[in-house]
Amino acid sequence: MYQRYDAVIVGAGGAGLMAALNLAGHGHVAVISKLYPIRSHTGAAQGGIGAALGNLEEDHWEWHMFDTVKGGDYLADQDAVEILCREAVETVYELEHWGLPFSRTPDGKIAQRPFGGHTREYGKAPVRRSCYAADRTGHMILQTLYQQGIKNQVHFYNEFHLLDLLIEQGRCAGVVALCLATGEIYTFHAKAVILATGGCGRIYRVTSNALALTGDGMAVALRRAIPLEDMEFFQFHPTGIYKLGILLSEAARGEGGILRNRDGERFMQRYAPTLLDLAPRDMVSRAIYREVQQGRGIDGKNYVHLDVRHLGSEVLDQKLPDITDFVRTYLGIDPLHEPVPVQPTAHYAMGGLPTDLEGRVVIDEKNTPLPGLYAAGEVACVSVHGANRLGTNSLVDILVFGRRAGRHAGKYIEENDWVPLPPSPDRPAQDLVNQVLSGNGNERAAAIRDTLQDEMMDKAGVFREAKGLEAMQQKLRELRQRYRQVKVEDRGRKYNTELLEVIELGGMIEISDALVAGALARQESRGAHSREDFPKRDDPGWLKHTLAYQTPKGIELKFKPVTITKFEPKERKY
Amino acid sequence: MKVTLKIRRFNPEKDEKPWWGEYEVEAEPTERLLDALNHVKWYVDGTLTYRRSCAHGVCGSDAMLINGRNALACKVLLKSVGNKVTVEPMRGLRVIKDLLVDLEPFFEKYKQVKPYLITHSLTPEKERMQSPKEREVFDDTTRCILCAACTTSCPSFWANPEYVGPAAIVNAHRFIFDSRDEGREERLEILNSSDGVWRCRTIFNRVDACPSGINVTRAIGEVKKALLFRKV
Repeated sequence: MYQRYDAVIVGAGGAGLMAALNLAGHGHVAVISKLYPIRSHTGAAQGGIGAALGNLEEDHWEWHMFDTVKGGDYLADQDAVEILCREAVETVYELEHWGLPFSRTPDGKIAQRPFGGHTREYGKAPVRRSCYAADRTGHMILQTLYQQGIKNQVHFYNEFHLLDLLIEQGRCAGVVALCLATGEIYTFHAKAVILATGGCGRIYRVTSNALALTGDGMAVALRRAIPLEDMEFFQFHPTGIYKLGILLSEAARGEGGILRNRDGERFMQRYAPTLLDLAPRDMVSRAIYREVQQGRGIDGKNYVHLDVRHLGSEVLDQKLPDITDFVRTYLGIDPLHEPVPVQPTAHYAMGGLPTDLEGRVVIDEKNTPLPGLYAAGEVACVSVHGANRLGTNSLVDILVFGRRAGRHAGKYIEENDWVPLPPSPDRPAQDLVNQVLSGNGNERAAAIRDTLQDEMMDKAGVFREAKGLEAMQQKLRELRQRYRQVKVEDRGRKYNTELLEVIELGGMIEISDALVAGALARQESRGAHSREDFPKRDDPGWLKHTLAYQTPKGIELKFKPVTITKFEPKERKY
Repeated sequence: MKVTLKIRRFNPEKDEKPWWGEYEVEAEPTERLLDALNHVKWYVDGTLTYRRSCAHGVCGSDAMLINGRNALACKVLLKSVGNKVTVEPMRGLRVIKDLLVDLEPFFEKYKQVKPYLITHSLTPEKERMQSPKEREVFDDTTRCILCAACTTSCPSFWANPEYVGPAAIVNAHRFIFDSRDEGREERLEILNSSDGVWRCRTIFNRVDACPSGINVTRAIGEVKKALLFRKV
């Protein structure tokens, strides 16, 4: 099946929808998404979107910028962070104008609350910067953007899975995707493609991420010789529901929740005396691991308590209703009366396809763009989050850079023509599908995936060291072998979700390889990347981005300098 | 605990008519029904087909008929269903494969009610003002995740597929009662049509069908009231 569009957007979460809205009216545009747009994982974001509106107290985008740079352990590109924090303000107003039902202050303005790592006057004390709609901010953002998509008659291809990216003559020429309903393979010939496929949290056992978050855009890019930047930085959110990994928003601590160990001690006092429980996520997650290692987990096990009992029923019901409901549903306990068992949960990939400030994908250490290809949201690495993302900044990122990618692509499609396609552009995708459907080995994809997730959690999680990472590389080689022996039971064409899961798994193994290669190479500890064998940050050696390329010989790394404009690197203390 | 899943299966590429598959699963009582379905798909029968994504009740993918009631498989814990659980696709929409139904008609109805903020007046530079009290009026209906559980448990919808259905009315309510919206009249007019809100016979099936806990009956009642008392 052949389709031709000016631009195709892959993914219909916040970044994809924002790009689509900014492309609307600029040409013939399609959005393809493996889920119905309203099912995208943007909808699971809870606590808020950061913007220095100053509705409740003085605030400035420069303070937001400083916090973001420091939170990212000085690895973020500061020109990009400046754009993020400046444009956050107008973005929040735009959402409100589109109807987003924010919670309100008594005088009717958008309500704001404190969040991890967000401070006033360059680190003095927490500031109320997170604009929220109860603890369903992501749900409201996704709904509002989808509503605008309907109003603007955006053309959606629902339940289409990305299989391949077409690159011809050094330019992007479109994508190939599988229509789940029919099993047909579609070639979308396009002048511009915007990848907005989200993250890859499902490479870990305990994760807050949806089952759909398998890094499809990242995997397809790797296979087309496009690098992934800074993949070794993966954020573990400190408060996932024990064993399940379901997210309990930082808003719980923003509203006054406290983390306690088995002795009932507020242990963050020892790790971050100023910001306490509102220290950035990487620090809080490490603190929890340390408490557990030193025998102070609850009942000696690998979890601690999140205590929100003192907040009272009004705060829980009005400001944290969803997470209160999650705790009641999945743990069968009432957070008003009992502390909640939590453990760090794999949450967010700081790394992804390298892009410039316009969302254009760049392919080398000199920031050379690949014409026609854009990326935005978690699949991309601008880099605004550096080594560790601050809470609320992912929602800012998807909207600010989704919009910039959409706008730039809008100009690009006016000024450029389609790149001609070769005779069978969908051949590699057809081969991939046929190979999976005709596989005759004796491996179950689920068993391979279980091993991958357990091993990644163990060896490439919150703490890493050379020995474990090398063992993980060996494990990944084994998993690649086993993957070739996968057999599917469903050999049909229509809604073959087993086929889909096997294709996803192939990509997850490749992404893990890129992540582990970066983690092994980076002999320092910075942000979310903590090496037991290299516990200190090493600016002379490692104040640089990694670019991971997949080659026939394995993952090869290149390095790219960090852009520093306003804030020179300093020791990171809270 | 041991749980027997009795699942209504149908693959149009192979089956002439639906059949019941039975699968025994060993699981923790605190696990979700979705975990049990995943176990069957991943380790017993890879052909089992259903939608799922977030696995904690916010994306709305896995609504299905569980022991005769619509619910999200990821919000139902095994301890609440007993040792045998019957799982079927939602009613009133065409079954495509196993538990997966055709959602296109459902989303078409949603679109009919103009589910987006309509304004004609000038947009301010900053935010529009809205008091916490004004915000509270439509809070309940902002929570809809479009899972289709309410619409597909509504006998009026089964009887008349042209009826817009509870979910579309809930989403119209979300805007009709938003103090910032200026599209109230056009939306009410749509709901006043023959396939609009008056098709609702207040049978209350969907009161307990909403996995998000929205009071659907109250929302429909408020829309009916708005129609009755509006200026003509």
